Amino acid sequence: MSAPRITADAVRHVAKLACISLTAEEVARMQRELDSILGFMAELDSLDVSDVPPAFQALGVNAPLRPDVVVPGLDRDELLASAPASDQGGFAVPKVLEGD
Amino acid sequence: MHELVTASVTEIAQAVRDGKVSAVEITRAALARADAKNASLNAFLHVDHEGALAQAARVDASPNRTGLPLAGVPFGLKDNLCTRGVPTTCASKILQGYAPPYDAHVVEQLRAAGAVVLGKLNLDEFAMGSSTENSAFGAVRNPWDTSRAPGGSSGGSAAAVALGLSAAALGSDTGGSVRQPASFCGVTAIKPSYGRVSRYGLIAFASSLDQVGPIARNVRDAARVLGVIAGRDSRDPTSADRPVPNYEAECERDVKGMRVGVVRGITDEGCAPAVQQAMARAREQLAALGCEIVEVDMPHQKYALSVYYIVATAEASSNLARFDGMRYGLRVNGDDLRDTYGKTRDAGFGLEVKRRIMLGTYVLSAGYYDAFYLKAQKVQTLIRRDYAQAFERCDVVMTPTAPTGAFKLGEKIDDPLQMYLQDVFTLPPSLAGIPAVSVPCGLTPERLPIGLQLAAPGFEEARLVRIAAAFERASGWAERPPGF
Repeated sequence: MSAPRITADAVRHVAKLACISLTAEEVARMQRELDSILGFMAELDSLDVSDVPPAFQALGVNAPLRPDVVVPGLDRDELLASAPASDQGGFAVPKVLEGD
Repeated sequence: MHELVTASVTEIAQAVRDGKVSAVEITRAALARADAKNASLNAFLHVDHEGALAQAARVDASPNRTGLPLAGVPFGLKDNLCTRGVPTTCASKILQGYAPPYDAHVVEQLRAAGAVVLGKLNLDEFAMGSSTENSAFGAVRNPWDTSRAPGGSSGGSAAAVALGLSAAALGSDTGGSVRQPASFCGVTAIKPSYGRVSRYGLIAFASSLDQVGPIARNVRDAARVLGVIAGRDSRDPTSADRPVPNYEAECERDVKGMRVGVVRGITDEGCAPAVQQAMARAREQLAALGCEIVEVDMPHQKYALSVYYIVATAEASSNLARFDGMRYGLRVNGDDLRDTYGKTRDAGFGLEVKRRIMLGTYVLSAGYYDAFYLKAQKVQTLIRRDYAQAFERCDVVMTPTAPTGAFKLGEKIDDPLQMYLQDVFTLPPSLAGIPAVSVPCGLTPERLPIGLQLAAPGFEEARLVRIAAAFERASGWAERPPGF
């Protein structure tokens, strides 16, 4: 049996980067599934693309600029109505700095 | 119930414009039909009775009613399109309680054209899936056989249109998400060129590929809707500043002399026999219409699946970073900020979304970027070159939309790779940024619809509409699911 393409440690590292908490069971399942998908994707290794430019966009569209004019923004109360917590016209978030 | 409730988009709009029926009458009938039949499909996540009737009353009172192309036409919207003050969930628990403070551009366009939005339609969570089983609010059922999947990710949209719960719907398509469900449900869908339709207010999955597209029961209806939603919008800098042709007028034109490219060897592997037979029949029907059939080679098409699941997941991992429990939707409090992020995202995202965020994060992470993401974008260039070469010899490229008819619910959900293989034919046009249409072309022996996909060069939607409409007339497709 060949070495896995992605180890359980790598899965935990990626989960940390992605800010997703995974249980031990989820790590095992994710490792198995990602390993199978990455194995399939190894087919790309057979292609020599050293001289091919990357496609940074699906279709060549040059992005025209919009006129620089003032337009009304979104309504603050309407925006905050969907927030998990708000206070004094702002989003209320957990404390991020230590001390008082 | 009003008999026009299951009529076509063009018939309903004509009747409302002529004053034969009011928009309110049609809307009442459509709401009653949706209420009565939705339980069998789980297509609608939210029916907005009050909003729909208010919009219908505005249409009836409008001094421009006789000029509205979608006057009084009942619509459904995939629930990743923002609707002001109306819940927009992406079929995810993480957007629980979210009601956007604005309408998507396409929603504004529909309303300005006189359309009436009945409600929001079920999807695979964040449009990630090919069966609509990845919804946090339960799977959608296929109206042709309720033990089967409607396809995905716009499965709610395709199922609702197929059963006549709305005259038309909007979906989104990143790798096949309007075309494959249209194929499974026996309806027509258009994936426009990248840039043809504004993405403002479409909740992003993979921004370099996402497009909004119409789903309808015939080509003319889809063409009319495309004409309404297409065009430049300064709020989406990638929307193209190009004139929008009269797509509907294309439905009348003949297709004599049009060159149809058939990809050599494309249906040899992995395609159901019924799909292969339907393709052979479609080829004969197109030839009988005076089209010239030419064989083309697309040697890099087979790599589309790998390329797509690298590029799209990379973009998704970045786009979905915004769902952190701070500004909208769900928040699960943890020990500190980082713990709150992790717990919120663990509780809020379903398995497939987590899997794709993980894959996308991995292919972008230090040490793997060149081997995966950069390499995939280079192969994407090769796929695009295949099309450029093919279009030197033909005007459109035909393939099946999907390798099989609708599969059973639960059949593929535990094997992500098998599910991804559903998209082999729809991914290449997406990666090339070009438009493609799926139009019904027959039934399997189990009476499940089969879709024909036609793809054209960038911004040649008019050509697609023209050949799809001619094919539809020639094939005489008029099948409807039981209970229509």
